[in-house]
Amino acid sequence: MTAFLEMTNVSKVFSAGIIRRQHTVAVDDVTMTIDEQSPSILAVAGESGSGKTTLARLLLGVIPPSSGEVIYRGQSVDDLSREQRRTYLREIQPIFQDPFESYNPFYKVDHVLTVPAKKFDLAATREQTMRLIEEALDMVGLQPAETLGRFPHQLSGGQRQRVMVARAMLLRPRLIVADEPVSMVDASLRATILESIRRMKQELGISVVYITHDLTTAYQIADNILVMYKGSVVEAGSVEQVIRDPKHPYTQLLVSSIPQPDPSVPWGAEGEIAGDPESMEVAATGCKFVDRCPAAFEPCRGQRPPLYHEHASRAAACFQYDGSSALEDQNLDVVFEPQLTSQAAGASEEPAAN
Amino acid sequence: MKAVDGVSFDLRPGERLGLVGESGSGKSTMALALMRMHKPPARIAGGEVLLDGVGDVMKLDDDALRRIRLDRLALVPQGAMNSLNPVMRVRDQLADGIRTHEPGDDRDALAARIRAQLARVGLDADVGGKFPHELSGGMKQRVAIAIGTSLSPSVIIADEPTSALDVVVQRQVMETLRSVQEEIGASVLIVGHDMGLMAQIADRMGVMYAGKLVELAPVHDLFANPQHPYTRLLIESVPTLMAKRALASIPGAPPTLINVPPGCPFHPRCPSAFEPCDSKVPLPTSQNGRVVSCHLYPEQAA
Repeated sequence: MTAFLEMTNVSKVFSAGIIRRQHTVAVDDVTMTIDEQSPSILAVAGESGSGKTTLARLLLGVIPPSSGEVIYRGQSVDDLSREQRRTYLREIQPIFQDPFESYNPFYKVDHVLTVPAKKFDLAATREQTMRLIEEALDMVGLQPAETLGRFPHQLSGGQRQRVMVARAMLLRPRLIVADEPVSMVDASLRATILESIRRMKQELGISVVYITHDLTTAYQIADNILVMYKGSVVEAGSVEQVIRDPKHPYTQLLVSSIPQPDPSVPWGAEGEIAGDPESMEVAATGCKFVDRCPAAFEPCRGQRPPLYHEHASRAAACFQYDGSSALEDQNLDVVFEPQLTSQAAGASEEPAAN
Repeated sequence: MKAVDGVSFDLRPGERLGLVGESGSGKSTMALALMRMHKPPARIAGGEVLLDGVGDVMKLDDDALRRIRLDRLALVPQGAMNSLNPVMRVRDQLADGIRTHEPGDDRDALAARIRAQLARVGLDADVGGKFPHELSGGMKQRVAIAIGTSLSPSVIIADEPTSALDVVVQRQVMETLRSVQEEIGASVLIVGHDMGLMAQIADRMGVMYAGKLVELAPVHDLFANPQHPYTRLLIESVPTLMAKRALASIPGAPPTLINVPPGCPFHPRCPSAFEPCDSKVPLPTSQNGRVVSCHLYPEQAA
């Protein structure tokens, strides 16, 4: 059985400058599988510059990896035939951050729904197309009569974003890649959009990659999470493990920095906020987080920590857990829930020799 | 249209007052109006802003207004990346305000003041020689705080000071704002939409809806026992890490200010709406240091 979408040791390096050429590793050696049989919501979390959006663009096929492969139904995305690429583009749908930028203000909102419907030949007749569109709008909780025929500026930000969710759904994709879909939507309306994303998984069996900087919404809707820091996966696993009981010092810092809507819950621990992550240089060797890490010890500067399989449904790239075996080939599939049946069980017992 | 309609509150010395509301609730308009920095066609149709030792800010002439801005009443703007001058070094932008309001420092004294001001917000002295594009978002926001507090104002108005920052940097910047504010003994009005942030930083908190202040209370009381139905729903709609639950949202959408519903502006979305709500505007009632504008809390017969 071939998996729907696989990333094998995918890295993406951006280079800039001619004389002093600088390389930025935006995504560093990510291996994982997105399966069709067991749909799940995977949150990709990290701060700006962590590489989470680059990961999304690699999945969408917008940019090619620098090394490693993105494999769609058993075939490298680079080698798809025209027809296969068309199916790939339909089966993986994006939802973007800004619910205004995604519209052409001169067209009615119908435009974003009818054009893809036509382009991918979803229906034979106009009536069928309209029925599909109305179903998709219903699914996200919008009244077709009150939505269609309007211009983007006549809808609220929340409504515009829900039309975008409906657009993605309309194409019956197998995977939706949602990049910060609610960060520009008002608090009282966020829940509706997140809820419609959750329904896509539950009712239509669509997998979702939810890119976010907000661990709270990730915790609420996702099954699994992957935390990135400067391009590397520092911790991954089920949200219950990673967010409720974070093990990597960076994840711990992120979780404790979330201001809780309760004045009696203190905001983080004293003295743990060192360094400005945005301007920090990444050490060439060793752990990328070492200069900010309160738990750093001697091996951290020597080499990059591999992902240790610290718990059945979690891996953390930190030498504090070197008592556990490292993930084989950095493959994250073994820590994600639900477990893929195609995975060769037992392979993870062997400590990988890195 | 009225972006802000009949809002009254007091800002006490040394306190941090949070003001939350969704987009279009009028919170930023109000913050700017306090300093008379609203842009035409907006105008202030009425009301007064009383500042200790100055009187009514709304009645000052242009020159007097210019003199109290920064000196007494300072703004830390939203998105420092857009408020700093991209072609001026940080130290020159800091010097600008100091020289205008307090001329007389010689070069060395001015340079020393700038260094001290940068140190106060946790920045190295060499940041002074840099241009804004060389700084990270968190550092730019610190520069904005340094400029805003350079003359030790008595009131700081911070309009969404951390809305574009990541969580870790957000916490660093808010801690910086808090420590500077405590050091100079200023009062802060923090405008924002993040209930979590407000819970952590504010002493008292006001909630705005459709241009009106619907509730104002000490932050512990507000979260423990929200009175206005909108406040309660807003708190319930914030996802937390405590427990996984169905995500709650407030049905309907916030009204556009061109078309505010009659009576209580929240009544079409309110689960507790009853007979007077769609016709009669609720007046603010106050009790135990809290103010709420809702027909559920009728005027107490004193």
